[in-house]
Amino acid sequence: MGVVGQNAVRLDGREKVTGRALYVDDIVMPGMWHGVAVRTTIPSGKVLSVVFDPRFNWKKVVVADRHDIPGRNVVTMIEEDMPLLVHDEIRHIGEAIVLIAAPTKKMAEDARRHVEIRYEEWQPVLTIEDSKAKKRVIHGSDNVISRYKIDKGDVSAGFKDSDAIVEGVYRTGAQEQAYIEPQGIIASPGKGGGVDLVGSMQCPFYILKALERLLGMSETKLSVKQATVGGAFGGKEDYPSVLAGYASVLALKAKRPVKMIYDRNEDMNVTTKRHPSVVRHRTGVKKNGMLVAMDIGIELDAGAYTTLTPVVLSRGFLHSAGPYRCPNVRIAGAAFATNAPPNGAFRGFGAPQTLFAVEAHMDKIAEEIGMSPLELRRINCLKVGDEMATGQILKESVGALECLEKAAAASGFERKWRASLPLCKGESEGIEVRSTLPDPPLQREGTVRGIGISLFMHGGGFTGSGEAKMKGKAGIRLERDGKLTVLTGCTEMGQGAHTVLPQIVAECLGVPLSCVRVETPDTSKVPDSGPTVASRVTMVIGKVLCVCAEEMKRRLSEAAGRDHGDFRSLAGSFLKKRGPLTIIEAYEPTPGIHWDDTTYHGDAYAAYSWGCDVAEVEVDKDTFEIKVERMYMAHDVGRAVNPQMVEGQIEGGTLQALGWALMEDNRYDGGKLLNNRFQTYIIPTTMDTPFLELITVEHPFSHGPLGAKGVGELPHDGAAPAVVNAIANATGIRISEIPATPERLFEECKKKHFRSS
Amino acid sequence: MRYFKCENLIEALGLLADPDTRFPLLAGGTDLIVQWRMGGRMPEGVIDIGALEEIRLIIQRENVIEIGAAVTHSMLIESNIVRRYCPVLVDACRTVGAVQIQNRGTIGGNIVNASPAGDTPPVLMAFDAKVELANLSGRRHVPLREFYLSYRKTALKPDELLTRIIIPKHGPDEKAGFYKIGTRKAQAISKVALCVRAKIAGGAVNDIAIALGSVAPTAVRAPKTEAFLKGKKLDSFAVDEAKRTLAAEIAPIDDIRSTADYRRFVAENLLARYLEKASDAF
Repeated sequence: MGVVGQNAVRLDGREKVTGRALYVDDIVMPGMWHGVAVRTTIPSGKVLSVVFDPRFNWKKVVVADRHDIPGRNVVTMIEEDMPLLVHDEIRHIGEAIVLIAAPTKKMAEDARRHVEIRYEEWQPVLTIEDSKAKKRVIHGSDNVISRYKIDKGDVSAGFKDSDAIVEGVYRTGAQEQAYIEPQGIIASPGKGGGVDLVGSMQCPFYILKALERLLGMSETKLSVKQATVGGAFGGKEDYPSVLAGYASVLALKAKRPVKMIYDRNEDMNVTTKRHPSVVRHRTGVKKNGMLVAMDIGIELDAGAYTTLTPVVLSRGFLHSAGPYRCPNVRIAGAAFATNAPPNGAFRGFGAPQTLFAVEAHMDKIAEEIGMSPLELRRINCLKVGDEMATGQILKESVGALECLEKAAAASGFERKWRASLPLCKGESEGIEVRSTLPDPPLQREGTVRGIGISLFMHGGGFTGSGEAKMKGKAGIRLERDGKLTVLTGCTEMGQGAHTVLPQIVAECLGVPLSCVRVETPDTSKVPDSGPTVASRVTMVIGKVLCVCAEEMKRRLSEAAGRDHGDFRSLAGSFLKKRGPLTIIEAYEPTPGIHWDDTTYHGDAYAAYSWGCDVAEVEVDKDTFEIKVERMYMAHDVGRAVNPQMVEGQIEGGTLQALGWALMEDNRYDGGKLLNNRFQTYIIPTTMDTPFLELITVEHPFSHGPLGAKGVGELPHDGAAPAVVNAIANATGIRISEIPATPERLFEECKKKHFRSS
Repeated sequence: MRYFKCENLIEALGLLADPDTRFPLLAGGTDLIVQWRMGGRMPEGVIDIGALEEIRLIIQRENVIEIGAAVTHSMLIESNIVRRYCPVLVDACRTVGAVQIQNRGTIGGNIVNASPAGDTPPVLMAFDAKVELANLSGRRHVPLREFYLSYRKTALKPDELLTRIIIPKHGPDEKAGFYKIGTRKAQAISKVALCVRAKIAGGAVNDIAIALGSVAPTAVRAPKTEAFLKGKKLDSFAVDEAKRTLAAEIAPIDDIRSTADYRRFVAENLLARYLEKASDAF
């Protein structure tokens, strides 16, 4: 049929462009009120009293505090350390203390202004360094939210065996997901004292689980439905459980639907960000470029509560050695609690931070041993049969080297890199330029140019035994009219899941795409597929749907007593005899996969997507402005189910990563976010977008649906190191902390001149 | 909220004259409405002057061009008069916000908002523009460089309305340049803005006006640098000394967008860029 591999038009496109799709703020329910939270304004301390201004008529509104929570005052995620409403200790600015619902949003806001909180203030812990030094203990006994260690071979022996040892420290800042639609949810009292929710979210079943605990009711009394979502990028993975908690508590007390929608400032102030990181590398290398020993230290700023930090740190760990072969590897590190709003999921989930470090460091190593960055990567690049830091042996689907070679060739990397070397202007290596584009226009006066490369991977699906434990379910229902409905808890948030999954089903069953639709993700209607995160939907749930399709074909053939004939005729006779048929299957992990959570040894991911980015930059000598002229992105996604959407993911993810690399930076002062609006939190515009050249590499994964692997996060992994490496090529200055703003480049330049003069 | 939509200027001035109806003046609303929202407080009333035809005109006179205060940035971009006599104002207007903001936002608003990062004030200052301030008893002209008193403070009296901007026509022997360094390529607020207008002949500066944004509490001229450059031959020594002079007379700060050091460095370099280019062009 050839539905997979086609640029099918988005199934949700028409509704969205015609304005018919309903986002949560478009939904109005009879008798619906509006909710707000009264929040802490200090990062650390305790609430002494809550004073309600008598000048406000409190009879007109409903106020709820922690005593109105029917179950336990916790937001269940990995741990249960985060209260929904401040119990005693304040751990960050913006924690909710009291909730208010009112007939209008304006009245709710007005009421909020009439609540005064009196505090006892404590000295806050605001940096990784202070937390690590236990300047004050704010979490557990040592401020450590989670900690891991990976040991392979003998690192000390490896260093002894090395010709050179190269060290570096790399830092990355917080990043805001900047989805177009801010967070929002509506809770309404449901049947039997339960609650029904509809809202903007990635993971309806996470909310279900959190509410069971919070409201002390069984999931049969709860339903959680996804409204149309305007972007998420990880930001709507865990936080909606908090907002759902607020809205539910208010709805139960007010006995009416309560809508809570954040405006941009509130959304930026209180929702999760990408974890800031500090990564230290010490690497032993042979003169010929072979990596002998890698000693890596990782530190993340977790913010005030555990949320998803342990898994973010874990993924960071498992990507920190990069796509390289190295016999001796030690990775150690931890995530530390600080008095900042909790950091959480964001496209890449820890991997962009550690890949930035290792890829910036690879260029430093190349410089130290006098080798081209391309050659150093080529020599150490993982291939089928190689062993990773966790002892995982790569059995198949390793497109790293092909990505590297194709991106290098298309960009003319070696030639341009040598031509731009600030110190030694070398000869061209004569590598053929296969780009379809003419060479860039001549360098502008007053600028310097450079080119940089990065090689990276992204593990598809949950880390380690996550998928085996989750057993994500999905299903297909053969409807009375002969059409098919995909049943999955996986959500569409703009990424295209609800087009790609039907494409897979249509291909497997041999029917046109127009015969397949997707059921709204509603916990009362669809099976728990696990969350829509971790680049897992296409690879994992797509695979489950393939299994469902096979099972459906088997059942239809069995009923017909024949295994031939097309799907339509088999389905037709089945429906006549027996009516609709629903098949639900659970994910079966790839055979031969083993993972040990205690030793962090084994197959960390069933499959990896691979990528190589090349960035060409121009740096203005007068203003130090950095312009990314071009990006070449060669990405191995196994099989592109919908090539256009794969391109969309790669282009969007690359631009988001460029924002993180060059301008995006959540800045805090005393635990308070300074840039909580788009006037001051700067993200790239179309005018900042370089020319993007995509190169598709397909190394199919035998256990993926028709060979497909994940693509959602991979594009966020490579742009930042490619850009700082290009800046170094252009200017001779290695930026080890992003964002690489003109101000930072200016400061580094001053330091360098100071040292040399 | 009380909302007044004025039929003519006199009506607006009448409302301003009466302390009971002395409400904020609203034209494009691109600054005001954002400020009201952020402050969480709306004024009790507003006087909408955005549609007053009297102040939505661009007029060419013998020695000056006059721009009504309610002329939008888009109207300036499209005006042949402005393109001819003050093309750098067009350049500056193109960098204001997004096209939607350019369509709504007015030049008068950009001036009275008095942000040190406003995009048009450095250009107008470099062109020796005056602003016309009117109340019921009359009108007065104030050079823009004297209009700003301190951070966000202007010479506008409570009953006055900025009606017009008057820009002297400068001869074809003068060349101007406008540079804005923002936080990104579009829709950016400036970290540093520089406008220079000069008359350079035979490699020597006959006359020069230098104005900057985002390097002091208000948009400013750089009189010491101007004085130094007047009559100088533009060699590398003069350019270096001009850079040093400029660096010493501006007062940039560290804020969310940039740092004082960076701003000073960039302001110097932009001036040098203009001077080097200008000495070639003349």
